[in-house]
Amino acid sequence: MAELKLADYKTTVHNDWCPGCGDFGILNAIQMALSEMQIPRHKAVIFSGIGCSGKTPHFINVYGIHTLHGRVLPFAQGAKIANPDLEIIAVGGDGDGLGIGAGHFVGAGRKNVDIPYLIFNNEVYGLTKGQASPTLRLGEKTKSLVSPNTSNSVNPIALAFVSGFTFIARSYSYDVKHLKDTIQRAIKHKGLAFVDVLQPCPTYDDIHTREWFQGKNKLEPQTTGPRIYKIEDTGYDGTISDESEVSKKMPKILEFSAEWGDKIPIGIFYQNELVPTYHQRIAENNKEYLASPPSRQEISDNDKKPIARIDRILDKLKVN
Amino acid sequence: MSNVNSISWLIGGPQGSGIDSAANIFAKTCAKEGFHIFGKREFYSNIKGEHSYFTIRVSEKPVNSHLEEINMLVSYDAETVFRHADRVSSGGVIIYDSSLAETTLVEVPTIDFEASNRIRKLLEDSGHSVNLSGMLEFAKSRGCIVYGLPYFEMIEAVAKKMNDPKLSKLARVVNVMAISASISLLGIKKNTLTSAIQDVFGSKPKLVTINIEAAEFAYSQMSTKFDPKDIKYEITPKDALQDYLLVSGSQAAAIGKILGGCRFQTYYPITPASDESEFLESNQIIDQVNGKNGSMVVVQTEDEIAAVTMAIGASLTGVRTATATSGPGFSLMAEALGWAGMNEVPLVVTMYQRVGPSTGLPTRHEQSDLLFAINAGHGEFPKIVLASGDIEESFYDSIKAFNFAEIYQLPVIHLLDKAISSSIKTCKRFSNELKIERGKFKNNIDKNDVVGAAGHFQRFKLDDSPVSTRVPIGTENAIFWNTGDEHTEEGHISEDPENRNKMMDKRMKKLEIALEKIADDDKVTCHDFGPGAKNVIISWGSTKGAILEAIEKLSEEGNKFRFIQVRLLHPFPTETVKKFLVDANQVIDVEMNYTSQLASLVQQNTGTRIDYKIVKYNGRPMSTTEIYIALKAILSGTNERRIILDGGT
Repeated sequence: MAELKLADYKTTVHNDWCPGCGDFGILNAIQMALSEMQIPRHKAVIFSGIGCSGKTPHFINVYGIHTLHGRVLPFAQGAKIANPDLEIIAVGGDGDGLGIGAGHFVGAGRKNVDIPYLIFNNEVYGLTKGQASPTLRLGEKTKSLVSPNTSNSVNPIALAFVSGFTFIARSYSYDVKHLKDTIQRAIKHKGLAFVDVLQPCPTYDDIHTREWFQGKNKLEPQTTGPRIYKIEDTGYDGTISDESEVSKKMPKILEFSAEWGDKIPIGIFYQNELVPTYHQRIAENNKEYLASPPSRQEISDNDKKPIARIDRILDKLKVN
Repeated sequence: MSNVNSISWLIGGPQGSGIDSAANIFAKTCAKEGFHIFGKREFYSNIKGEHSYFTIRVSEKPVNSHLEEINMLVSYDAETVFRHADRVSSGGVIIYDSSLAETTLVEVPTIDFEASNRIRKLLEDSGHSVNLSGMLEFAKSRGCIVYGLPYFEMIEAVAKKMNDPKLSKLARVVNVMAISASISLLGIKKNTLTSAIQDVFGSKPKLVTINIEAAEFAYSQMSTKFDPKDIKYEITPKDALQDYLLVSGSQAAAIGKILGGCRFQTYYPITPASDESEFLESNQIIDQVNGKNGSMVVVQTEDEIAAVTMAIGASLTGVRTATATSGPGFSLMAEALGWAGMNEVPLVVTMYQRVGPSTGLPTRHEQSDLLFAINAGHGEFPKIVLASGDIEESFYDSIKAFNFAEIYQLPVIHLLDKAISSSIKTCKRFSNELKIERGKFKNNIDKNDVVGAAGHFQRFKLDDSPVSTRVPIGTENAIFWNTGDEHTEEGHISEDPENRNKMMDKRMKKLEIALEKIADDDKVTCHDFGPGAKNVIISWGSTKGAILEAIEKLSEEGNKFRFIQVRLLHPFPTETVKKFLVDANQVIDVEMNYTSQLASLVQQNTGTRIDYKIVKYNGRPMSTTEIYIALKAILSGTNERRIILDGGT
C-alpha cells in the first residue's frame, strides 16, 4: 500500500475553532501520530464527546463518531469491544469527561478497554461561553465568570489512577512533538490510556494562558521561565514491570498530580500492562471471543436463515 | 371429583425459601402429565423474608392468565394462609404447617399494616379468632378442606432415614415437601414428581437426592394419612405434550435474541430486566449450523446511559446489538435514543415495564410506559415501538425487532413487562424457521462506487430511498462521520436550512415506509369470538391472555366479542386498526395503567370514540376473572365508563 502522508489524514471541513486555540495543536498531533504510525485510514475511528473538542473527528480523514455530551467513553468502548481490530481514539473536553461524564471515566477505568482517551483540558466550557469546568480551581475567576468559582477542581491524573486507568500521561497542546509522541505511546499501550492535554482557551481562560504556561504572570508580567517540565528529565520512569511497584509508585504519581503553579509536570506518570485488558477478561469466560468477536460473526446464511442453533437451550426447557 | 384436570394452585412463603423452585417443580410435574401450565410470580422488592408467591394454572387447554380464585393453597408459613386463604374456593384445599396453628396475626411481622388490618377485619367480622386457626376455621366455614402437616417432624424423620442429622440443611426441603403433599392429593404419580425434581435440580446431584427423599416421604405420608376421595380436584394423566417447553418470558425474549443474531448486549442491573441478560450470559457460547461456535458478549455497565451508548457504539461495527432495561433505566436512555435516530443506527431496547413513576413498585406489574416509549427523546426522530402479548410472542418479536431495526436503520423499542418476564408457560417448541432481514447492510464497498464530496462514501445519501446503504465502521472505501448535530450526506455538521429539511424528511419518511411494508399481522392481531361481533375490545401487551380467556367464556355464554391486539404501537397502524373497528358498536379499551394510554393513541389516530375503559394500576396483573366481571357489567349496561380493577394480593 502506498505510504499515507500527513495530508491524507486531513479533511477539507472548515475548522471553526477560535484563532490561536490550543485544540489545533492537539488535532495536528493526532494526525501526525496516525500518519507516522501508518494506521490505515479505514481502520481508525475517532470518537468524541460534545464541545469544541467534540468537533475534532470532522477534521480527521478517518471514521469519525461525534457522540453525546459526556458519553464518548461508553460509545468508544462498545465499538472496541465489538471489534477489537479497530484503532479507536476517544477525545473530549474536561467538562465532557470529568463533569457530565465523570461516572463513565471511573467506569471505564474499571474495565481497561484497550483505547486511548485524550482530554482537551482548558478549565472552561468554551462552546457555551466560558463557564467553569471541573478542572477550574476553587476561587479562580476566568473572564466570563460572574463571580469566582465556588466548586473545587477534580484532579484528573489522580482520578485516572484510582479509577484503574493503566496508562496515565499529561502533555501540552503547544508542545506538539511531545504530545504526538505521548499519543503514540497511548495508542500502543495495551489497555485504557488517559492523556490529560493542557490546552489554553484563548477566548475564555484569561488566567492559564499560553503566556502563563510560558512563565509569564498576568499580575507580574516578568518572565519566570516555563512552568512546564518533563518528568522523564527528572529520571522518573512510570513503567510498571512488577505489580509490587504499583504501591511504591503511587505516592510519586499523586505528588506529580498535585503539582501546579510554578512547576507543572508533563510526561508519562504511569504505565502498567500487567493488568489484563477487558478483551482478555472477556476471553477468560468466552473462549470464542478473540477469534470471532461480535462484529465478525455471521448470523445468517444465504437464504437469510439464522445460523444459530437453539436446540441445546430449548432441550433444557423441554417439558418431557 | 367435580373438578378434574383444571386447577388454580398457589404456593407462598418467605422470599428466599425456594418458592420459585417449588413452583417450577409443581408446574413441570403437571406438564409432564400432559397439562398446559401458566405460572405467575409475585414478589416484594426484598432479598429474604418478605412474602412471595407463585400461582399456577393447570389446564387441559392452553392457558395464558391467572384467576382470582385459588383451588389449592400450599403453604409452610403462617403468612401465606393469612394472605390467601380468603381466596380459596369452596371445596378448595389448604395445606399448612400444623405447628403454626396458634400463630397470631401480629406475630407475622412481614404482613404490612394495611394488609394486617384487612385480614383482622375479615376475621373479626366473621367471628373468628385473629390467628391461623381462626383463618383456617373461616376457610372451613366456606367449604374449604384443610390439611395440617407437621413439617418439623417430617423433616426429622427424613433426616433420620437419610442418616443425616444436619437438620438445618434439610429445613430447606420444606418447600418440596409441601408441593409433594399437594401432588399426592391430586393423585399424580410419584415418579412424575421425582422426574420433575431431577429436571429442576439436575445440575446439582446432592440437591436432587435430598429433595427426592423429602418429596417421597411427604408424598407417602399424605397418601397414608388422608383419603383423597375428600378432594374435589384431580389431575389424571393425559397424552404427553409433544415438543413443548416450560419457559419464562425473559427466557423466551433472550432465546429470540440468540436465534435472531444479537451478539452484543449491555445492561445495568434492574428488576425485572436483568434476568434476560443473565440468561444470555449463561448461554454466551452459541451453537451454529456450521458446527463452529458463535458467541455473544454481555456487558454490565456502570449505568443505563453507558448501557445504551455502549450498545450504539457496538452497533456501529455492524453487530446486532441490544440493551435491556426497565422504566427507570429507560428514562436515562432517552437522549441516546435520539442520537441513534439521528445517525440511523439500528438498536433494540428491550423494555420490561414495571410500576412507575420513580421507583414505583419495583417488582410489580404495569403497562404505563407506552406513551413514554413512543415519545422518549427530545426532538423528532423515527423509532419503532412494538409490544408482545405473551411469552411466545416475546420470542418471535425479539427477532422481528432486530429485523425492523436493520431494515429501517433506527432504534426499536420492544415493550415487554413484569407480568410476561417472570411468568412461565408451556409453549410449543420455538421454531427455527425465521428470516434474518438486514436491509441495506453491506460489508464491503467498491472504491468505484464511492461518490460525493471529496470522493467520500455517503452514509446518509439523499436519493429515492430514505434508507441508505449502511456499512460497519472499519470498512474500506467507506469512511463516514456520525454526529448528533444535523449533518450532510457524509455525516459532517451542517446548519444549512435546506439540508436540514432534506435530512428530516429522509429520516421521518422511514416511518411511512415502515407502515407500508410491515405486514398487517405484525401490526394488529384480530381475535374474533363469534361472527359479526359488535363489542370490540382493544388492548396491547400482556393483558392478552386474560382478555382472550374472558371473552372465550363470554362467547360460550352467547356474547360475541372481537379483540384487537395492537402489536405495532409506533408508527401507529391507523388504517389497520380502523379496519377492525369499523363495525364496532362499543369499543372497550383494556390496559394496566391509570390513563388508558392506548385509548389516547386510538382516539388521536383514528378519531374513534372509546366507550369504556377498563384500567388497573395496583401493580398486580389483570386476571381473567376480573376482566370477565368487568365485561359482564358492560354487557348489562353499567353507567361506569371507567372500570377500575383491583384484584390481587
